[in-house]
Amino acid sequence: MDNNIFSVELAHWLIQASYFIAAILFIYGLKKMSHPRTARSGIIWAGVGMVVATLITYLEPAMHNYLLMTTAIGVGGIIAWWSGRRVAMTDMPQMIALYNGMGGGSAAAIAAVELLRVLNGAGLTHEAFAARELAVVGALIGTIAFSGSLIAFAKLQGIMRKVYRFPGQQIVNALLFVALIGLGFMLARTEFSSTEFYLFFGLALLVGVLMTVPIGGADMPVVISLYNALTGLAVGLEGFVLQNPAMMIAGIVVGSAGTLLTQLMARAMNRPISNVLFSGFGTGDDGGEGMEISGSMKAINASDAAITMAYAEKVIIIPGYGMAVAQAQHKIWELVKLLIEKGVKVSFAIHPVAGRMPGHMNVLLAEAGVPYDLIYDLEDINSQFPTTDVALVIGANDVVNPAARKDKSSPIYGMPILDADKARNVVIIKRGQGTGFSGIENLLFFEENTRMCYGDAQDVAQKLIAGVKAV
Amino acid sequence: MEGFIALYIFMLAAFTGYEVISKVPTILHTPLMSGSNFVHGIVLVGAMVALGHADTMAEQIIGFIAVLLGAGNAVGGYVVTERMLEMFKSTKENG
Repeated sequence: MDNNIFSVELAHWLIQASYFIAAILFIYGLKKMSHPRTARSGIIWAGVGMVVATLITYLEPAMHNYLLMTTAIGVGGIIAWWSGRRVAMTDMPQMIALYNGMGGGSAAAIAAVELLRVLNGAGLTHEAFAARELAVVGALIGTIAFSGSLIAFAKLQGIMRKVYRFPGQQIVNALLFVALIGLGFMLARTEFSSTEFYLFFGLALLVGVLMTVPIGGADMPVVISLYNALTGLAVGLEGFVLQNPAMMIAGIVVGSAGTLLTQLMARAMNRPISNVLFSGFGTGDDGGEGMEISGSMKAINASDAAITMAYAEKVIIIPGYGMAVAQAQHKIWELVKLLIEKGVKVSFAIHPVAGRMPGHMNVLLAEAGVPYDLIYDLEDINSQFPTTDVALVIGANDVVNPAARKDKSSPIYGMPILDADKARNVVIIKRGQGTGFSGIENLLFFEENTRMCYGDAQDVAQKLIAGVKAV
Repeated sequence: MEGFIALYIFMLAAFTGYEVISKVPTILHTPLMSGSNFVHGIVLVGAMVALGHADTMAEQIIGFIAVLLGAGNAVGGYVVTERMLEMFKSTKENG
């Protein structure tokens, strides 16, 4: 008997110590992930924390269903492993959305189990401070993050292309939300029936869908980041319900970090988060009138552009989403290596929202083998443009549009941009003559020192390589 | 007091998350979002506890889904983050 008490106490101590170590490893790992040189070891440390926490949870007292548990971990883990390994780097953002949705769904399902226990009269697993209220709030946030993330995934994956909007949508959303708060109150405070239980989760799923369907693809990164923060918060809240310190700390840390990250992204796009969620920008239908445009676009062929760059002293390359779509990053890196051999000083300038997510372009360049010390952020490189011979813009548009500095009537006025127009020569690689996702005319294309090089980024890069080799 | 301890944990964890992220270069925003997506995969642990205490059929089904989704979050989040960070090298390391 004594022996048994001792082993229960030992198990309890081991569990608490392991959760403590896991929490330290998560924070330490995130810290390491915030510097390029140590980032790789950061994810490994956090991974160790996850394995420790998962294994020790098997020792939790008074549990059953071990076979179901292990089967679910095996099936979920293997499917996620397989899908995560085979996805292309350009498709990473939607995979983050998908795995994030799973996390939100899991947090909501935990809350659902707890509330079902209340419904069946068994009571919560742990009677902690405000546990039932927190379970309901976590359920609401987690469910919205779940269905919202799945829609974001479907949109970026191209399964759902259309932007769905109907008149009075915001009023419908607001009414649904009020209904959810009422139902949530019933679940948290009163003796509820299974009808209220199912209605609550059904409506929360619907709200997540309705919130996300009107948002255009261009704003998706901000939305995914927001749902990431919401999932973190939901996980943290369910941690308080289950009195699990590892969940509390990891969840809340991600919740606040994700909120800051969302703000940074929205600020880089010069769009308050409320605009992203409620205005329907990024759908391409509110291209502003803009300033009178003087001048015309002047074309250049690839071999002339290649010669200009080969004889330059300093070249800055500005990649955008067009480069990613054309998968041109490998060819561009080949071109840059040739230029460096010829003694040209080449650097890459990355706008905070280049690509589909902040940092996405860095990932794509890294995949092609571009060392990160050639890659510069907006604040670090903008002073360099006046002394640069050639600024090569590849599939980027709004992030180099001087209208953001000059034209007060432009919808992007005030957005920080890369000052490519200040370089001596600007070469733009672009598919056609149309506008970017925002539908705004780019003043840069009409500048005196700008030349347009039309064509698929990959083909043009190939021609540039041939041109530089021929010099 | 118990409620206040929960509040203290909440407050300190929130500041920690803010501090850890505030000095991050843009270059790492996507990997870091992915990394924090992995970290909230700790929900798996809670899902295991919930399933471990599930008694009725409905509780077991929903608990099973919770563990399945939690494992997907943790494993998928790890794999994509690791793949992204694997590629960060400096000029020197490239030789």
